[in-house]
Amino acid sequence: MQKSAGALRERLAFIAFATAATLCVVAVLLICAFLLINGLPTLLREGPFAFIGNTTWQPATDTYGIFSMVVGSLYVTAGALVLGVPLGLLTAIYLSRFAKARTKRLLQPAVELLAGIPSVVYGFFGLVVIVPLIRQLFKVQGMGILAASIVLGIMILPTIIAVSKAALDAVPSSYYEGALALGASHERCVFSIIVPAALSGVVASVILGVGRAIGETMAVVMVVGNQVRMPVGIFEGVRTMTANIVLEMGYAADLHRQALIATALVLLIFILVINLLFSLLRKKARG
Amino acid sequence: MRLIHDGASGPTALKPAPATAGAATTAGAAGAAAAGAAVRRTARVRRRATHRSVRDHILHALPCLAALLTAALIGFLIIYILVMGIPHISPDLFSITYNSVNVSLMPALINTVLMTLLALAFAVPIGLGGAIFLAEYARRGNRLVGLIRIAADTLAGVPSIVYGLFGLLFFVTMLGWRMSLLAGACTLAIMILPLIISTAEEALRAVPDAWREGSFGLGAGRLRTVGRILLPSALPGILAGVILGIGRIVGESAALIYTAGTATSLPTSLFDSTRTLSVHMYVLASEGLHLEKTYATAVVLLLLVLLINTASVVLARRLSRKVRNV
Repeated sequence: MQKSAGALRERLAFIAFATAATLCVVAVLLICAFLLINGLPTLLREGPFAFIGNTTWQPATDTYGIFSMVVGSLYVTAGALVLGVPLGLLTAIYLSRFAKARTKRLLQPAVELLAGIPSVVYGFFGLVVIVPLIRQLFKVQGMGILAASIVLGIMILPTIIAVSKAALDAVPSSYYEGALALGASHERCVFSIIVPAALSGVVASVILGVGRAIGETMAVVMVVGNQVRMPVGIFEGVRTMTANIVLEMGYAADLHRQALIATALVLLIFILVINLLFSLLRKKARG
Repeated sequence: MRLIHDGASGPTALKPAPATAGAATTAGAAGAAAAGAAVRRTARVRRRATHRSVRDHILHALPCLAALLTAALIGFLIIYILVMGIPHISPDLFSITYNSVNVSLMPALINTVLMTLLALAFAVPIGLGGAIFLAEYARRGNRLVGLIRIAADTLAGVPSIVYGLFGLLFFVTMLGWRMSLLAGACTLAIMILPLIISTAEEALRAVPDAWREGSFGLGAGRLRTVGRILLPSALPGILAGVILGIGRIVGESAALIYTAGTATSLPTSLFDSTRTLSVHMYVLASEGLHLEKTYATAVVLLLLVLLINTASVVLARRLSRKVRNV
């Protein structure tokens, strides 16, 4: 009798835990379903290619094309990579292969700290430090692609550093020792042997950085200028997909609202592709 | 003689697992000190023996400069906010009610605590249950497990504005909760779910198998083993994940603007609109009217998040030490 009660309890526990685990899948399906149901009608009405390919976004005339924002997102993300990847990768190399134990004990928590800073604080920092700096240095308005790229470049640093460092640390020491035995210097070993061996991990860190940069909203809204237009220069403002959603969702209705949801759908598709690339690479890195 | 790359980083190279690099134990350091002297000697010999070209010097300087720049950036960012903000922290910033004169952050701070507690109340039981399933119940190669992992990975990559939009469509509009504490908390709960699951699963997997076998051998069932043996010993790791989740909740703004709204008063029910500290900070910064108060608010937010994240790191470190001592 007691045994069957125990068995029942085990059974119930199993069901409860399995249900909890399945909720993740449910959440993903719900998110996709809701964006699809609410965004797809506009996407189909405008035609998916016209919606993405058209540069005119005029809620007043019910014309919705997000091409300039897609390009805006890509420009800002590319700028963040140009600034963040070399700095992050070299810092990861330093932490993994050059740093003294004590420096490492200081720098590593500092980098982790950077990962925890809220995006509004980054945005505010951009607004009060980076934008005025650009304004003074180049005699331009200040808010624009460059400012957003710098802010995002700093924001993706912890991701790039952590993932790249893990990949660099995972390279077997026999590679290093072999190169050293052949007479290569420490620097040569690191840059010619270890970094190439960790390449797939480094690329994975960059992809993860792309995902973070393209999805970042609040920090970007505060410094990118938000003008709906094709990029005209790195000092000029653009609007990203994320900024478009957060700026207009507050008052949008009907078709306009659906167009914003369709924007989120396009953003989500970008992110899903990036996630897929990342997991493929990670699988490859594991062999 | 064992080859070790750089004399100075000798103690790190001696340690078996690179993942534990941050937490050098005192015992390890003592042992490494003796070895360190020998290592330094061989390194000096090696450095004289190998020819270091100009290129080597450049390749050495590059990572050092990059690390210096990174450190300088981090230092400047944090110190700048602190220096600009701390002088403007005043008692009226902490008045219990907000008005446009005192720009008090107190209601937002209280709301942040409420929002965090509510979101955790949803996310922690579900996340922990999911982690227990993945780590202890699911069989290897189970189809469902693969699916859950893909889903968790996907959730982890979804931008917070998409969560916010989903929350607006589902909780706010479809379930008719309006912009409210509850809608915001549910949105955040989904957002931190993958984080809770992955950290809790990792913590459970770090418990040695011998403990499970010992428990089973004494006649305990799976549930009792989980409740009495695994959860207590994995607790620091689980807590570290939960605290990391708190850090994300406190720092979040994009997911909350359209789910919890921006009302400045304290909520009287679950269905009242509220703003958390991050959203408050965003509204202040974009209004641009109270720059000094914005700096002060940034300081409070920054310190809060830094404190939370440090607590998480300390807990995680305690776990890794404990596991190593087993």
